[in-house]
Amino acid sequence: MANLSVKLHHLNLKNPVMTASGTFGYGEEFDDFIDVNALGGILVKATTSGHREGNPYPRMAETPMGMLNAVGLQNKGIDYFVEHIYPRLLKYNNSVIANVSDSTVEGYVEVARKMNQLEHIAAIELNISCPNVKEGGMAFGTSCPSATAVTRAVREVYDKTLIVKLSPNVTSIAEIAQAVEAAGADAVSLINTLLGMAIDAEKRKPVLSTITGGLSGPAIKPIALRMVWQVARAVKIPVIGIGGISTAADAIEFMLAGATAIQVGTANFVDPRTTMNIIAGIDDYLNRHQINDVNELIGGLIC
Amino acid sequence: MKKHLIDFKVLSNSSLNYNHNLLELSCDQPLPAMVPGQFAEVKVDNSPATYLRRPFSIHRIDYEKNTLHLIIKSVGEGTRKIAALQAGDTVNIMLPLGNGFTIPQNSEVLLVGGGCGVAPLWFLAAELQKNGNQVTMLIGGRTEKDILLAAEYSQFGEVLISTEDGSLGQKGMVTAHTVMLQEKLPFSAIYCCGPDGMMRAVSHIAEKQSIPCMVSLENTMACGIGACLCCVVDTHKGHQCVCTEGPVFNSKDLKGWSAETEVGCSINK
Repeated sequence: MANLSVKLHHLNLKNPVMTASGTFGYGEEFDDFIDVNALGGILVKATTSGHREGNPYPRMAETPMGMLNAVGLQNKGIDYFVEHIYPRLLKYNNSVIANVSDSTVEGYVEVARKMNQLEHIAAIELNISCPNVKEGGMAFGTSCPSATAVTRAVREVYDKTLIVKLSPNVTSIAEIAQAVEAAGADAVSLINTLLGMAIDAEKRKPVLSTITGGLSGPAIKPIALRMVWQVARAVKIPVIGIGGISTAADAIEFMLAGATAIQVGTANFVDPRTTMNIIAGIDDYLNRHQINDVNELIGGLIC
Repeated sequence: MKKHLIDFKVLSNSSLNYNHNLLELSCDQPLPAMVPGQFAEVKVDNSPATYLRRPFSIHRIDYEKNTLHLIIKSVGEGTRKIAALQAGDTVNIMLPLGNGFTIPQNSEVLLVGGGCGVAPLWFLAAELQKNGNQVTMLIGGRTEKDILLAAEYSQFGEVLISTEDGSLGQKGMVTAHTVMLQEKLPFSAIYCCGPDGMMRAVSHIAEKQSIPCMVSLENTMACGIGACLCCVVDTHKGHQCVCTEGPVFNSKDLKGWSAETEVGCSINK
């Protein structure tokens, strides 16, 4: 069996397959279907400084080979997370990574500072790219100065691995990646959802309560792949690929484009065993190609 | 209750009316325990335009034959693909999902189903009957052709029908049926599934007479297991997922469902 372990800054992952935040709850929703500990890591639902109810219904629209969501970071806030959710995550022995978001730099810092105290949280993923909140979220990730400011502020209070999740809703994602690298990010993950829209022609109304929402699923894979390739060439820190990954072939494509690890998102909704199939499929690919180490795939694209 | 992913084989597919099909399914393993009101998420195969599973109420369970029945309403490409399954086809289903109805004992209860809202009421009626309850069933629809399985439901108790055009049963909406207009309804609980407006109107009548009303909600779902938080409903406890906290709710827990909230009542909203 080939070596599947990869390294993200100080994080040693048993394999490169993780789950994307917002698509995997807190892991336990999937306990009936898979061995969550077999994953390289899990990215849990975004946590903000205070309780958020999220956006009104309807929050979801299916689109060709994908879906739009407008959940709006519904969660009960960092203090609830520390008291009620964190103890439930202790049963997982792989890398548990918290996704951190908020509306203000101070809010991001507060959540990051509290996450820093939680021994079992191996890293945080700074979500500066959520398109579904009126204030903050994507706004921080769409300009170099604001992305730099929030990354730098969190870096000052967070000691462990700091991943910054990038927005594809920008002109040059590579420039934003370079900015957060310079501000202290240890890795970048991309892409978050693309801003999209669905209309009910019969009613002449938008489907989502928020009119626009975040597009995910296989429909966005080519865009995500292109952006991972661009960013991997622009930064020295590890890149985590996200965007429409449903199969082992998808995951391998992202690694060849330069990703050290990948996250599976919307595909978890269609088949909760997707991640397990991807891990097995990567191993099969390595064996078929007589490759002993999955790290040999990273950036291995021949152009 | 443990959730399962199971490959089912289609035993039969029968047409109920112009856009509803009844699938009878079986599997190699013993069916897991389920309660009335829970639902299943069915994978859509061979459909390039769709991606997500489709949720359906558990219509009927036969543990002796190890069979599951689902009523499929065709509304889009995904549901049309499922409705087109043929005997011998295999389909992957995630179940049982969500929370179901509470089953009392030795009570007199009313079940109200609008259109394909009758789907979860078969399993419910069977369990109610097993527990000594006297079941009255009120089925509503726009026209005669929208009334599903009325004859079959009569095995559980009295079946009453109302149609908006009067083509079958009493003319009008379910809330205008004689049984609902009694000064003192003789029921200790009402169970309701159908269009949103119908359920709200029924719950108002129940609330005025201080009768608990359980409603089974429908919502646009992605995961079905509480991971994505897409299918929320506004409750007095905040946003709750229909897939995990529901689909069955006590109507008094739903925000904006109070009888003081003015709403229309339409079976086919």
